[in-house]
Formats: sequence, structure tokens, C-alpha cells
Amino acid sequence: MARRGTKRDFGMDLSTWSGSNRAMSGTVNETGNFDEMWGRDGALRAPYERFQSWFDGEDPKNLRAKQREAEELFRLTGITFNVYGRAEAEERLIPFDIIPRIISGREWQRLSRGIEQRVRAINAFLHDIYHRQEIIRAGRIPQEMIARNDAFLPQMIGVAPPGGIYTHIVGIDLVRTNDDDFFVLEDNARTPSGVSYMLENRETMLQMFPELFSRNRVQPVQNYPRMLRQSLAACAPSGSGGRPCVAVLTPGIYNSAYFEHAFLADQMGVELVEGHDLRVVDGRVAMRTTRGYKPIDVLYRRVDDDFLDALNFNPDSALGVPGIMDVYRAGGITIANAPGTGIADDKAIYSYMPEIVEFYTGERPILKNVPTWRCSEPEALTYVLDHLDELVVKEVHGSGGYGMLIGPAASKKELAAFRRKLRARPGHYIAQPTLSLSTVPIFTNKGLAPRHVDLRPFVLVSPEGINITPGGLTRVALKKGSLVVNSSQGGGTKDTWVLED
Amino acid sequence: MLGKTANGLFWMYRYLERAENISRLVETGQRIALTRLGSSDEEWESVLQTAGVAAGFHAAHDSLAKDTAIDWMLRAKENPSSVLTSIMAARQNARLVRTALTHEVWEATNATYMTACTALARKVSERDLPQTLRTVRQQTALVRGATHGTMLRNDIYDFARIGTFLERADNTARILDVKYYVLLPSVMAVGSSIDNVQWETILRSVSARGGFRMEYGDSIDPRDIAQFLILDKRMPRSLAFCIGKLRDNLGYLASNYGTRPQSWALVDHIERGYLSFDIDAVLDYGLHEYIQKVLSLLSELGAQIEIDYRFYE
Repeated sequence: MARRGTKRDFGMDLSTWSGSNRAMSGTVNETGNFDEMWGRDGALRAPYERFQSWFDGEDPKNLRAKQREAEELFRLTGITFNVYGRAEAEERLIPFDIIPRIISGREWQRLSRGIEQRVRAINAFLHDIYHRQEIIRAGRIPQEMIARNDAFLPQMIGVAPPGGIYTHIVGIDLVRTNDDDFFVLEDNARTPSGVSYMLENRETMLQMFPELFSRNRVQPVQNYPRMLRQSLAACAPSGSGGRPCVAVLTPGIYNSAYFEHAFLADQMGVELVEGHDLRVVDGRVAMRTTRGYKPIDVLYRRVDDDFLDALNFNPDSALGVPGIMDVYRAGGITIANAPGTGIADDKAIYSYMPEIVEFYTGERPILKNVPTWRCSEPEALTYVLDHLDELVVKEVHGSGGYGMLIGPAASKKELAAFRRKLRARPGHYIAQPTLSLSTVPIFTNKGLAPRHVDLRPFVLVSPEGINITPGGLTRVALKKGSLVVNSSQGGGTKDTWVLED
Repeated sequence: MLGKTANGLFWMYRYLERAENISRLVETGQRIALTRLGSSDEEWESVLQTAGVAAGFHAAHDSLAKDTAIDWMLRAKENPSSVLTSIMAARQNARLVRTALTHEVWEATNATYMTACTALARKVSERDLPQTLRTVRQQTALVRGATHGTMLRNDIYDFARIGTFLERADNTARILDVKYYVLLPSVMAVGSSIDNVQWETILRSVSARGGFRMEYGDSIDPRDIAQFLILDKRMPRSLAFCIGKLRDNLGYLASNYGTRPQSWALVDHIERGYLSFDIDAVLDYGLHEYIQKVLSLLSELGAQIEIDYRFYE
């Protein structure tokens, strides 16, 4: 199945971030970490006021029952993810925590302005990179960052995607360190997943705690599938007619995110297709229906670039459609997201995001990037070598936390070994400071307890504009002190509320 | 609709129907075994045959015993038509076609799967057997109810129904085929206790004892039973009923799509050629030969539907 070349799809590891071993207890923050409910000093923050008064009136026993009820609901609905290589326990639930994460309308406004700015820049960057490469000519990004990058797809050079859109669906992973400080941890410009959990989490909360939604004015998320369909339809090739045919392409029922693929197709009211349902017929990509082949205008693909077209990419792939790239280049179909968008969310490119945002928008970036030292630069390398015990060092092309050094947690021996690696191949590494991540309470047997979180808002891009669903998916490290929100390692999810101010 | 989706719906409902039929056969076998004087496992041989799983059973077992037969039919993973594997296959197909199902149908199917996995996790003891079988049938009935109550009457529904009735017709035909000799009019055997047991087996395995009594009172004429199971259009598991439904649903598809594919012509031919006479004509043709013919026509029909509606290519 499609694993090779996959950007970490759903799970993510926050362990490059500090604060991991500082224990917290009770609901009051004793460590100086920023808690989104209790701040730094234990004073209840405004967005949580109504929630807190509700929670105080609840019997923990009933809430425990509700937590179990939520699990039953998820299991029955089949909101599961598949675990590769395990026939027996092939489907698992992602744990759901019933305590919502609450963001004020004001906070969200600022965030969404920053997200929109970043997404506009990413899209402009992609267009530029596959056309005139002005940003390289201007000397803002070194040539080799692109030319020698595996994520750069030469087949896309000079291709004009319908509507000029490259990243139709984007997920921006954010972490928070303070009242006003959000950092972008990474951009997901390929095929970001998790939106079905955002929707089902809200559905579950509405069913279990309707009274909470009468007390709080929570901005709705349920429009997402409709907006997605509209946004995709608006990107259809010219000449598609009034109601373009949209389909979702999945690698199949054994893919870890199959539930989500089926869910989105169902909610949008479009077909869920696999490679073997598709074929190029008369210069169009068409799906095999009970009445013959029917052309598709927009393909929302959840299959990686590599597997998309056995004729143009990986010849062994059976997951895609042989020849689809030729149809695409001729303007006969919209592929969302466009092939080759991985160049924009590559780790090496990440450190250039502030420059990228400024270059294409002419504005200062609203969202912060985590400060990053590129060890290829001599001054940066000197700094990193001097401060190795305070920094997190990552391999530029690594993923999933491999080949990584967490300075504050490393032994002297490990530090020394890494120093040698850095000196030998500085260009392979970047370094970042350790930041202390915010926490949000989860519901435990002993009441509320703070846990680290991140946030993935979902963004839709079309020629008609950018649409950001208020909130997004909050992933939470359920283990005390842990920074791993990865679903396969004890990570869970929460409903995320953006309040109407 | 995608050809793949039509295929998935067809098999999802076939497997649900199969799970239900097999559990009914197990129940019948157990009932007969318990009410019979003397003990014999022979009845289980015929139950396995009726279920179409005898060959697989003998390949995996040296000898026939009641508990191994029951286990084979209920939960053997190696048996592609055990209740458990059928439910798993139904659910796998439901996942494949989830976008074509209503939320309620999906949930009922998933709940059936979850219930079956728990109920059939271990060998079922004799004491737990009735409850387990009841649970399975309640669950599949729930899926059927959700299907009736919530699904649009469009091509999705047609393929679901076609799967259901093809499987059911096949099942009824196989029951008749295994027991055809019991139904052959025989002066000698009528009224003997062996025949009473056999007839009861047949009627029970299609849940038709009540219906038969309603229509024929206390008749024990094998001709009546044959008439009832083959030609009675009011009996929801009779061949005439199932094939009538197949014809209806293939007809809806044909008029909906504006085509007259071969499968439609074939079902029309089956109905006119084999289900429009009286029972004497069937018996004259030879009951065994007749059933064999219908079975092969049904299998031909399934293959033709696959082609006409592009299940695979």
C-alpha cells in the first residue's frame, strides 16, 4: 500500500519540543507551562468560563459514563484507522477526550489571517517554482534547495493547473506557547488527513452534551464537506459544465485513512474510486459505472504522487491511473492537490517560509516559524555546536523522528557523537530551540489534568477564495508529560471550539 | 454508480442473507438432533450439504461429529461460508460501498459484525447455541429493516435486492436439492415417522412451518410442500417469490437505465420457462433435474449481471 514517500500522514511527534518531563498535577499549572484553560498562574481564562461552570456542576461518574459512550459511538460509526501489518486488530479507535479545547473568536481571527497569508504564499511559491523561479533568481532561496530536492517534481515544470491552484486542501500544524504565540510546526500541502475526526468529534459532542452548545456559541464546522465540494468544483477545468464531476481517489479499504476517504466522499455526495475503477478514455480520465465509462472533472486524490501514474512515476503502482498525468498536462482533469506540492512542505524549505511569505505577499508573516538554524551555513553551525545541549537537531530529509537529537535529553556521549556527525555533513541538518508547549485539560479518573496539544486547521483554496473551517483537529498527548500526539503512540483527539465573541 | 459499488452491494447483501440462512440451518440441525429418537450424526451430513459447505468440512476433518459440524458452520475461518466469515465479508463489502449506504444501514451492519465477533469469539456451547443464533438473526434483521426504512428506491437498492434474492433462491433450491427424494411421492413412506422429521427439517430450514400450516393445515402431502417452496408466490423464500423479485429489480434497473441487457432477458426466461406451471409439470420434468436446472440458471444469471453492470470490467 502507499507508504513509501508518504509524508507522515496522520500521526505526528511533538517530541522535538521541550517540557516533556515536567510533571503537572491537578488543574492548576505548577510548572510555568502555558495552560489554555488556566493560563500560567491558575486564573481561569475567559474562553473557558462557561465550560468551567458547567463542568463544576457535573458528577464525574456521569462524565466517565459519557466517555465510554463516546467510545461506543465511535466504534459503531466505524471511525477507525487501520494498522498496517496486523490482520487481527486491524482497526483501531483513536481515543477521544470529552473536554473541548476552546479558542476565543478574537484569537481565531488573528490565527486565520495568518493561515490565509501563509497558504496564499505557499500557492504562489509552488507556481513560481514550477515556472520562472523568481524566488531563486532573487537569491532568496538557494538553487540547490530546489534542484536537489526529491520533493521537486520535474514533470510539473511549466504545467498550469486549472484555476492556478496547487494546494486545494492544506493542513497547517500549529503549536502554542503563550496567550498570543502560535508557531507553525509544519505545513501539510500534499494530502493532509484528519478532517473526518474534526467533524465526527463535533458530532459526538453535540450528541452527548447538547446543553454545552446551548450555553456556548460555538462556530459550526459541519459545512466543511459542502465547502470542500464547492471548492473542488470551482477548480474544475474550463469546459466542465455547470456541475463538474468530482470523485475521491483512495488507495483502498486497507489504507490507514480509508475511513476518512469514504466519509468525505459520502458527505460530499461523490463517488469514491480506486485506481482500477479508472481508465483514460478519449483523452479523459473516466470511471467505470454500471452504465459505462463516465469522465471525471476533479479528482480529489488521497494517493501519493509516486503512485498516481504508473506511466509517469512509479511503474509498479497499481493504485493510480496510467496516463493521468498526460490528461492533466493537457488540461483534461484537475488533480487535488496538484502533483509536486510536496516541495512546499519539505523540512528543508520550512526554514525559508518567512522569506517565502514576504517574497510573495509583500507582508510580514503573521504566524511565526520556529527559529531554525541551517547547519549548512558556517555561522549557524558554530552556534549549533556551541549550544547543542539546548537544541533539537533534525535531519533535513528525515521524517518520523529518525536521526534526531534532543539536546536537553541527550547524554554527553550522544552529544559528542552528534557533534561529529554535524561537522562531517552539516548540510544534512537543521537545529531548532526547544519551546514549551501549551497544555489543555483532559478528563481523567482523577478529574482534569493538563496535556500537551497541537492544532491542525483545515484550509480550502479555490479561485473563488480561501476558506478556513473555524477550529480544526486538536491532537493531544494522553500520557502525562508526553509530547507525542501520534495516534499510534497514545495520542488522542479533542473537539475544538472557536467561540462566537 | 460505479460498477465496483454495484458489485459490493450485491455481495454485501448476498453475504448477509447467507449468514442468516446458515444460522437457520444450524438451528434446524440442532432441533432435529434433539427431538430425534436415538442419536445419529447423519443429519448433520445433510445439513452441511444443504449449506453447501460439506466438501470443505470433510477436507478439514476426518470424521463427522455434531459439535465440529456446528463449529464449522458457525465460526470456522477456513470456511468461506460460515456465519462469521459471511458477516465479515458482508461488512467488508459494506465498507467498500459505504458511500452508497445510509448511516443507519452502515451502523446496523457494523453492529452485526461487532456482535458476531463477540458472540462467536469462542466455540459456542450447546446451552448458548439458541441465544447465539437468535442474536445473529436479530442483527441481520436489523440491517434488513434499516435497508427497507431508509434507503432510496434507486439502483443502489436494486443491486442490494438482487444480491439478497439470488442468494435466497440459491439457498432454497439447495435445500430442495438435498432433500428432493423426500418429496417424491411415495406410497410406502407417507406418514412414517422418518418422513415427518424430514419434512419438518425442510420447512424449518426456510422458516416456513407457520406459513405452511396456515395454508395447508395439517397436510403432510409432499406435493403440497413442493408446491409451497417452489411455486407459491406468497411464500417469501419460495423460488417463485425470489425469482419474481429478481425479475422486478432487474426490470427497474432496465427501465431506469433505458437498456434491455441480457440478464433481464435471462430472468424473464427463467420465470416464464420454469415458474409458470403447476407442480405436476415440475414433478413430471423430474424434481431433481428441475432443481439442478434452476440452480444452473441462477448461477448463469449471477454471471450475466456481473457482465451487464460492469462489476469487474
